[in-house]
Order: sequence, then structure tokens, then C-alpha cells
Amino acid sequence: MEPALIIEWIIKSVIILLIGVIGTFYGTLFERKVLARIQVRIGPNRAGPAGIFQPVADGIKLIFKEELIPAQADKLMFILAPIITVLPALIIWAVIPWGSQIVIAGREIKLYLADVNIGVLYLTAVASIAVYGIVIAGWSSNNKYALLGGLRSSAQMVSYELALGLSLIGPIMLTGSMSLVDIVEAQSKVWYVIPQFVAFIIFIITGLAEINRSPFDMPEAEQELTAGYHAEYSGMKYALFMMAEYIKMIVISAIAATLFLGGYRLPFIDIPAFLEPLVFFIKILILLYSIVWVRATFPRFRYDRLMAFGWKILLPLSLANVFVTAIILVLKG
Amino acid sequence: MAFPERANAHELIKGLWITFKSMFEKPVTIQYPEVKRPVKARFRGRHVLNRYENGLEKCIGCALCAAACPANAIFVEASENTDDERYAPGERYASTYEINLLRCIYCGFCEDSCPTEAITLEDNYELSFDSRFGAIYTKERLLVPVPENGKPTPQAVQPGIFTRSVPVMADPVD
Ligand code: SF4
Ligand code: SF4
Repeated sequence: MEPALIIEWIIKSVIILLIGVIGTFYGTLFERKVLARIQVRIGPNRAGPAGIFQPVADGIKLIFKEELIPAQADKLMFILAPIITVLPALIIWAVIPWGSQIVIAGREIKLYLADVNIGVLYLTAVASIAVYGIVIAGWSSNNKYALLGGLRSSAQMVSYELALGLSLIGPIMLTGSMSLVDIVEAQSKVWYVIPQFVAFIIFIITGLAEINRSPFDMPEAEQELTAGYHAEYSGMKYALFMMAEYIKMIVISAIAATLFLGGYRLPFIDIPAFLEPLVFFIKILILLYSIVWVRATFPRFRYDRLMAFGWKILLPLSLANVFVTAIILVLKG
Repeated sequence: MAFPERANAHELIKGLWITFKSMFEKPVTIQYPEVKRPVKARFRGRHVLNRYENGLEKCIGCALCAAACPANAIFVEASENTDDERYAPGERYASTYEINLLRCIYCGFCEDSCPTEAITLEDNYELSFDSRFGAIYTKERLLVPVPENGKPTPQAVQPGIFTRSVPVMADPVD
């Protein structure tokens, strides 16, 4: 392997990590601002112009907080849990394409870390590792609320991940490939959100459940569980959980944009390659906005309804969607 | 099916539309330290001890406010007035007057019980202390400044003018 390639990969990985950290920082600010506007408030505006240094202030505050470990907690697991939660959220970026390729100093650089031929499988596999972190956090805290949060999280994941996986099958069947780059290229004429609208809606709903965002934020329900699985966490360990949550938000938006909204491409017009990350970014931003918008609108689901909704509606619907898509594909030849 | 009887899609979209619209409303936020909302006429903020126009203190040290206070926040100690060193009209004045604002519940009973309208709850609500002692407002901190054509207390006055402790007063208006 040539050294230049290794350097290229390292640079890309660093960029991805930076996106994770900065994305978290400004994800919080973005969410607070949008929520504030929806609630007819202004939102953070004290730290720096329009509050742009607010995340920095929050971060510094969290660094200086005391790191508390409960006496009866399982120490190793307690410390490991935030790391297990945050890592999958970061490494999932490896397969998400930001653009096709650009030429820098006579060298073709692909705007993604890896184009694995099982990209979608990788996404679902890595995404569900994160739930282990949450369950372990809940278990090792030795706190009944945290434990309940962890239990809810795993139950929720079991009942929504099936529908989530099935909703990804639509785009895969239409493309005939699991590589995310192929899926994006196949959408150059029409975005999959049009032929696969049902799958898109199911993906958004189950995605929200997967990343524990409201209205499916049962594992961290503040009112019933006093922040659920991360009730015992403070300082940077808490910050890692928050980071995982926001990175996962961005990841879900990125996946939805890639699979259903044409990824880094615009329909019909060809854009220069260096603009493609920007297009992708704007799509992510719109989806992020919708996630916050949904949070500002809907109350939390009741737990039994959450389960009923997942098993009785989403699962049959996504199965039917796969079925109908398959039939149409066969009929069209 | 059991679940979506009430949560039908139409209602969900209506809810989303309402929150979307509210994004474009003018924020109701008042930028507090820069912009302050005027308080209502009967607002009960920090107490002040008032003075007459000639600069004499209204408080006559009767300690009725201390008796009325449900939170036991007020401590009054009275001393004798003389015509050479006159603080208040009548026989006595409050030589010590302290309100512990950490105890006070801002009920305004002190104001109601005062026979001379000496103590009133005013508009100041920006009360923060860096110590418990700082929360005890002494007479010096409570007294309003001397009015323009008045003199500071103690005053030396002609004998026989300020014999009456409680002035003749009209009914309060607000
Ligand atoms: S406002 Fe009420 S609690 Fe406060 S000093 Fe007066 S009587 Fe006491
Ligand atoms: S403030 Fe009023 S009630 Fe209290 S001691 Fe003075 S005169 Fe009496």
C-alpha cells in the first residue's frame, strides 16, 4: 500500500472525527435555536454574536464538572458505556459518501472513506451496536431509573430495528446494490423518496426511535425516568452520551439523504464535484431541522402504544412495501 | 387496530403546521438586563423607609410592622427623639431597623400595618446577595435619600412643632 493512500485515509478520518465533534457542538446550538423559534423565543444569544460560542461554553463547563461514579456501580462497564455508545456513531460515517471525487494536486480523491459493497448492511450493523452502550450504561449505573431506561431502549430497538432494516430494502432492490455510492448514483434521475415514499416515512419514524429522539425518547424520558440511562453520568462521560445522541441525529439524516434524497446529487443538473458536499450538507440540515421540528410538535408516546405501533403497524407496512416493490420490479422485468 | 384511533395523520400534520407557523412569529422574549418590563402598580419588591418632605423619617419605631410580619423578618429598636436631635416627629424614632430579606416573603403586611406609611414595598426586584449578612438590610440601606429641600436627620428643630407622631392622612389610593 502506498504511503500517500494511508495519509489520505488518515486525513479523511480526522475530518470525519472533526465533523462528529463540531457537528455535536453546533447540533446543540441548532436544536436550541430552532426549538426557541418554534416556541416564539430567541434562544441562546449571550455567548458571542447570536450565541455562536454557546456550545464552547457548554463544553468547557462539562469538562470542569466533577466526574461522579456511584459507589455501587460496575466501574469498568460504567466507564466503557459512553465509549461504546459514541464509537459506532463515529465509525458509521466511514461509508457515507460526501461526494464523488475531486482532484487535488493531480491526485483523484474520493469523498468517502470506504465504498464497501455491503454499505447498507454495515450501516444497520454498526447502528445497532450503539444500543449496547445504552443498555450497559443503564445496567452498570445500579440505579433503577437508569436500568429502566436501558431496558426500554433495548425493547424499543428490537421492535423498531426490523422495520428500519426492511425500509432500507426498497432502495437496495431498486438499485440492485448495497453500496451507498451505487445507490446515490442510481438516483441521478429520480430520488428514491418518490417511488419509495412509504419506505422513507417508515425510515424516518424508525430512525427517530433508533436514536431515541422524541416522540420516541422513552429511554431518557425526563419526567418519568429522570433522564433514564444517563441519570448517573456527569462531566465528560455525560458529554459523550450527548455527543453520541447528536452524532446519531446527524447520521440518521445523512443516511436518509443518501438513500432517499439523492445523497450529494441534485436531480437533472450536474454540479461540480467540489459543490457536492455542500448539497449533501444542506440536505442533512433540512432533515435535522425536521427532526427538531418533530420534537417541538409531538408529545412522547406511551410505552405500550410505542410497542403496538412498531409491531402492528410499522412492521406489516414495511413488509408490504418490500413485497409490492418486488412485484413491481418483477413485472417491469 | 388499537393504536391510531385518535392520532390520525391529518391531526399530526395540523400540529406540524402550527409549530412551523409559530417559527415566523415575533419572539416574545424580553432581553432582561437590557430591557426591563415595568412592574405593576401594586408590585411588592424591596422595602424602603420613607421620609417627609422636610427630611424627617416617617418611621416612629412603633414596631407594629415587626409584630405584623408573619416571617419574623423585621427587627426594630426605638430611641427617644429630642428637639436638638430629631429623627422623626413625635417622641420616638427607630434607632435600629433591620429587614432580613432572606426571611421576607414579600407579603406586604408591614406596609399595611404601618401607621405612618413609613415602610413601603417598592419596585426593586433585583435582589441578590453574596452572603447571608448581605441579605439583612439595615436602616441606612432602606432609607430613601433626603428630599431636595429637606435636611438630613438628625435635625435641630424649634421646640413644640413636631409633637404628633402619626400625621393626619388621606385614604390611600392604590
Ligand atoms: S413583606 Fe411581609 S414578610 Fe416581608 S417584612 Fe413585610 S411583613 Fe414581613
Ligand atoms: S415602619 Fe411603620 S410600623 Fe414599622 S416601626 Fe416604623 S412606623 Fe412602626
